[in-house]
Amino acid sequence: MENLTLKKLKERFSDSILDVIEFRGEFTAIIKKEALLDISQFLKNDPELEYNFLSDVCAVDYPNRKNRFEVVYNLYSIPNRWRVILKISVAEDEPVPSITSIWEGANWPEREVFDMFGIKFDNHPDLSRILMPDDWVGHPLRKDFPLTAEEVTFSHNKNRRPKRTE
Amino acid sequence: MEKEILEEKKKITDKTMMLNMGPHHPATHGVLRIKLELDGETIVKATPVIGYLHTGIEKTMEDKTYSQVIPLTDRMDYVANLSNNLGYCLAVEKLLDIEAPPKAQYLRVLLTELTRIASHLIWIGSHAHDTGLMTMFIYAFREREMLLDLFEMISGQRMMTSYFRIGGVAKDVFDGFEKVVREMLKVLPRKIDEYEQIMTNNRLWIQRTVGVATISGEDAINCGLSGPMIRGSGVKWDLRKSNPYSSYDKFDFDIPTGKNGDIYDRFLVRVEEMRQSLRITEQALDGMPEGDFMARVPGVTLPQKEEVLTSMEALIFHFKTVVEGFCPPKGEVYQSIESPKGEIGFYIVSDGSPKPYRVKVRPPCFVNLSSLNRLIKGRMIADVVAVIGSIDIVLGEIDR
Repeated sequence: MENLTLKKLKERFSDSILDVIEFRGEFTAIIKKEALLDISQFLKNDPELEYNFLSDVCAVDYPNRKNRFEVVYNLYSIPNRWRVILKISVAEDEPVPSITSIWEGANWPEREVFDMFGIKFDNHPDLSRILMPDDWVGHPLRKDFPLTAEEVTFSHNKNRRPKRTE
Repeated sequence: MEKEILEEKKKITDKTMMLNMGPHHPATHGVLRIKLELDGETIVKATPVIGYLHTGIEKTMEDKTYSQVIPLTDRMDYVANLSNNLGYCLAVEKLLDIEAPPKAQYLRVLLTELTRIASHLIWIGSHAHDTGLMTMFIYAFREREMLLDLFEMISGQRMMTSYFRIGGVAKDVFDGFEKVVREMLKVLPRKIDEYEQIMTNNRLWIQRTVGVATISGEDAINCGLSGPMIRGSGVKWDLRKSNPYSSYDKFDFDIPTGKNGDIYDRFLVRVEEMRQSLRITEQALDGMPEGDFMARVPGVTLPQKEEVLTSMEALIFHFKTVVEGFCPPKGEVYQSIESPKGEIGFYIVSDGSPKPYRVKVRPPCFVNLSSLNRLIKGRMIADVVAVIGSIDIVLGEIDR
């Protein structure tokens, strides 16, 4: 009964749940950013729910929206075999509280989100680029970052500026 | 004078040394670099540095139609391609709300289980090789060749199979498929016994693995570990049982778990998983239903080949589906499966266009590797290669 999750959430955090979506048997709760830590803590520790496993943290970019990014938290309960997705929306340059204090496994996924989208996480133990080089400019998974390929540098073309093809 | 020397000595012993391992170290299984902070031979801190194989697969996926994404999934975990194919196809099928026909589902189960064996063979070979049991490497790769031959016969490719399609599988199995798999089922159990004879009671192997890199079940859950990593710590969680997909609920198999959560337990779990995979393969072969290998959903799946050759409408459909792709409804789905390494999940955001708006892969190796520092801290430098081997990483998937 995944509805129990939503029922409990609505009871406890009625102000912070903005919307609930059901699609293909999956439940997504859109929540306020400020309540993220409290809700995560509650879902993890509630004896009936026990969402003890953080599957994933990722982000989606909607450049035309006022709050540009959606950060998606994918929680799973190993004892109950349920899954729930939490979503918050944040504007560009708006920091998000890190959930590494609740789930240690959030460390690298949050770094990846930072690397790919440039979303900053507050209180993250080591927020640095993870997949791209440290001196890379831009955040590749943003929609305004062009899909390019860089020319490989050999001896014969090393003096030429690397050409980017779209 | 003596005091000065003592002070100087203290200064030296207080200092830790930085050692760079990789990215071209043979035991890092690709291009993984680990920054090791050492106090003598003891590891103070291990920081994995990844990204050397980053090819922007998730970004590329946004520029392809739903069907064109399948070959990209092959290139992530390149030793368990069919598992990746399955995860992605199931996610898109969930988005479209269609289901593959029973025959395709059974074929998918059969082939992903053989993929699991192939992937575990790579792991057992390279892991044992890293820890000094060179023989295993050759043995494991010999048997893997058999499996790759089957993949080649069925899809035309040894590794980048792309055999699973949205709504089913690419084509029907070849004549004599059953005979080839039966032969495999006869040979492989003997081979797995052979591996166990070499390794399970081997004193060298036990000395290198028992009690090394332990992690408790609670910590494993907290770190987000999945697959054999979490089961080695005694957490009985397998997505094939807990959230069955592709008719896994019709199969009878056990989930092996360890007790101590050390390298040796993970080894036992994986070896037992290979045996269980053979059990599932046999059941899938025995119960293989007759019928279509591809769902008939006009506009999404391609029409049958005979129809294309005889009917004008089918030809038009075929052309349009290939060229334009299909437009799934708006929405977001997440589908995860139990890959050989753990939970591989695909989170797909659709905006109603023929190309996915965003595909996020939940890579099991990526999260499993992030626990490296926790596993290795305080142990000796010689344990590093053993621990990396036991995590069973594939850098293609970590970096994507």
